[in-house]
Amino acid sequence: MQTPQRELFTITIYSENSVGVLNQVSNIFTRRCLNIEDVSASVSSVPDIHKLTLTTWADRPTMEKVVKQIEKLVDVIKAVLYTDDEIVYQEIALYKVATAKLMEENMLESIIRQHNARILELTTDYVVIEKAGHTWEIEALLGCLRKYGITQFVRSGRVCVTKSSIEYIDQFLEQQKERRKRCISGAQ
Amino acid sequence: MMENKITGAEALLRGLLQEGITTVFGYPGGAILPVYDKLYDYSDRLRHILVRHEQGAIHAAQGYARTSGRVGVVIVTSGPGATNVITGLCDAMTDSTPLVVISGQVGAQYLGSDAFQETDFVAMTQSITKWALQVRRAEDVPAAIARAFYIARSGRPGPVVLDIAKDAQIGLLDWHYEPMTYIRSYDPDPEVDSAAVASAADLINKAARPLILVGQGVAISGACDELKRFAERIDAPVAATLLGLSCFPSVHRLYKGMLGMHGNIGPNWATNQADVIVAIGMRFDDRVTGNTEHYARQARIVHIDIDNSEFDKTVHADVAIHSDARQALLALLPRVHRSKHSEWIEKLDKCNAVERREVIDREMHHTGSKLTMGEVVAAVSAASGSRAIAVTDVGQNQMMTARYFNFTETRSLITSGGLGTMGFGLPAAIGAKIARPDREVCYIGGDGGFQMTIQELGTIMQYGVAVKMVVLNNNFLGNVRQWQDLFFGKRYSQTPMANPDFRAIAAAYGIAAEDVVERHQLHDAVSRMIASPEAYLLNVNIDETDLVLPMTPAGKPVDYIMLDRNRLFEFQD
Repeated sequence: MQTPQRELFTITIYSENSVGVLNQVSNIFTRRCLNIEDVSASVSSVPDIHKLTLTTWADRPTMEKVVKQIEKLVDVIKAVLYTDDEIVYQEIALYKVATAKLMEENMLESIIRQHNARILELTTDYVVIEKAGHTWEIEALLGCLRKYGITQFVRSGRVCVTKSSIEYIDQFLEQQKERRKRCISGAQ
Repeated sequence: MMENKITGAEALLRGLLQEGITTVFGYPGGAILPVYDKLYDYSDRLRHILVRHEQGAIHAAQGYARTSGRVGVVIVTSGPGATNVITGLCDAMTDSTPLVVISGQVGAQYLGSDAFQETDFVAMTQSITKWALQVRRAEDVPAAIARAFYIARSGRPGPVVLDIAKDAQIGLLDWHYEPMTYIRSYDPDPEVDSAAVASAADLINKAARPLILVGQGVAISGACDELKRFAERIDAPVAATLLGLSCFPSVHRLYKGMLGMHGNIGPNWATNQADVIVAIGMRFDDRVTGNTEHYARQARIVHIDIDNSEFDKTVHADVAIHSDARQALLALLPRVHRSKHSEWIEKLDKCNAVERREVIDREMHHTGSKLTMGEVVAAVSAASGSRAIAVTDVGQNQMMTARYFNFTETRSLITSGGLGTMGFGLPAAIGAKIARPDREVCYIGGDGGFQMTIQELGTIMQYGVAVKMVVLNNNFLGNVRQWQDLFFGKRYSQTPMANPDFRAIAAAYGIAAEDVVERHQLHDAVSRMIASPEAYLLNVNIDETDLVLPMTPAGKPVDYIMLDRNRLFEFQD
C-alpha cells in the first residue's frame, strides 16, 4: 500500500462551551501521535456555541477518522476538515525588537511598508511590531527582523472562515428545532 | 423552607431510583461517605453490593449491564477508589457497556491542591468514557444524573463518570427531577437513510455469495428476531464476532460459527470468498479481520452501525447505514428478495466439517490422560441444557467457551472482548447472576485470571450469589504459553504458575468445591455443580499442552488458518 501524502489540515470544531472539550479533542490527536501545530478557541457566530480551530500535518485518511472521532464526543456539535484552498484564514504575530539596533540602519519604515505590518508600541528600549497574514508572511518578517535581534516572538493559532456557502451551524440549529420537538414529545 | 430541601447525596440516590435502578455495586470511603450515610436510609429501595475491590465493583456492574441491558451503577470513593475502576471503564468503553460510575471527590476548596485522596478523575477518564463530569454544587446533582443515564444507555452505550465533590453531596437543594431526552450536541438515534438502504438492498439482492456478520449491536438494539428473519429471507450464512455470540441461535441451520483468530473455519474462509458482506453492529476489530489488506478480497461491504466513526475505520464500507441495527434491518427487510444460496452455504459446511474432524473431534475425544478445555466447556454447556449464561475470563478459557459453549438465548456470553481484561470473569459473573437470578450463570476462567479477582469470593459468600465456577487449571498462563509454544520457540518465559489449593480457598469462604483430576470424574462433578442451588466451584486439571485451534496468527490473512502446529487449512470442494 502507498503511504498517503501528508498535508496541512485545518479542523474546525463547533462545541458546547463545557469544561474539558479541548482535553478530549487533544486526546484523540495524542492517541494517534499527531502533533497539533496550532490551536485557537473562541465563540462562534452563535453566542453559546464554541469554536475551536486546529491545524495539523497528517494524511487525509487518518484525518477523516480523527474528525469522526472528534464528532463522536458528546459535547461536540460538528467537526469539519479543510485544506487551505477551502478557507480564508489568518494568523497574527507580535515581534519585540530592540529599538537601538532597528534605528541604526534606518530600515524601520521600509520593513513596515514592505511587510504590511504595523507598530503597536515604540519605546526607547523596544519596538512591538504586529503582522497579520499567512504563516509564510509571518515567517518572512521574522527572517527580516532576525538580524536586528528579536527579543520576543509569538504567533497565534490560525483562525478561519470557509469559502463555502454551506453554513453548518445554521443548518444544525435548523435541524435541532425539529429533533428537539421529536425527542421531547417522544419521551412523554 | 429548610424542611423541603434535601442534600445532594439524597438527590443522587433519588435520581438513581428515578432512573429505575435497584442495585448498585460499590465500596465506601471518605469522600463518598455522605452518599453512603444516606444509603443507610434507602437500603430498602436500593440494594448495594459491597465488593472486595473496586475493580470487582465495576466488572460486576458490567456483567449486570451486559446480561440485563440495564445501566450498571458503581459507587466508589475518590483517589484510589476511583483509579481502581479505570480498567473497567476502559473495558466498558471498548465493549459498549452502559455504566454510570459515581466517584466521590474532595471538597471543592481542596481541588487542585493534592489533597488527601484527591485525583483528577475527570481528566484521566475522558479518553476512556463516553462522558465525564465533575459536579461541585448540590443543585446540579439531579440534572447531572439525568444526563449521565441518558448518555450511558442511548446510542452506542458506554460508561459515564460523575465525579461528585463533597460539597455537592452535603449541600442542599430543592428536589426536582426531569429525565433527559434531548442533548443538542448528541444524536443517539440517527434516522435511517433510505438511499443507503436502497443501495444495500440492491447489493444484497444481486449477491451470489452473501455473508452476514453479527456483532453486539444486534443484541443491544434488540434486533435478534429481525436478524433471523433477514438471514432466512436472503438465505445467507451467519457468523458472529465474539460479542455477537448468542445473538443468533447456535443450532440454526444458517449459523456457521464465530469469526476471527480462533473462529470457525467456515466463516473465516467464506470472508474471502463472499461477494457481499453485511456487517451488522460490529466494528471489524483486528482479531476479527486479521490482516486488513487481505480482508474480504472479493466482497462489497454493507456496514450497519450506530457509531459513525466505525465506518471506514479499519475496513472500507461500500454502503454505510448509520443507524440502530434493528431500525436498519426493519428498513431492509421489505426491500430484500427471498433467495436461495444452498451451494454457497454447503461450502461453509464443508469447511466446518474439516474443522469438526481435524480440530473439534480431537479436542472432544482427547487420547491423553489429562482433560482438555473443550471437553470441560462442552460438558458444562450440555449440563445446563445450553441455556446458561457463560461468563468467561480472558485467554484460552475465553476462546474455548466461545467455541464450545452453545447458546439458545441472547445475552448469554459475557466476556471482555475489546480490552481483554484478565480478572473480568469472576466479578462479572456475580453481576450477571444478580441481574438474572432466574438463569444459570457459569463462570469459566483460568487459574491466572481467577486469581486476579479471587477476592470476590467474599462477595459471593456475603450475598449468597449462586455462581457456578469452573477453573480450567493448567498451572500456566495458558494463552501466553500457547503463543510461546507456537511463535517463541517454546520459551515459557514467566508463564508457569504455582497455584494454591483452590478447593481449600473456596472452603474458607464456605463455598462448595471439588477437584476434577480424571476424565471419569468430570460429568458427575459438573452435574453436581449445576444441580446445586448455591455457589459451587470446580477446579479442573487441564492438559497444559492443549491449544486453542484453529488459529489465524496475528497479522495473517483471515483465511490463513492453522489446523494444528504444522498444518494449514486448504479448501477442497
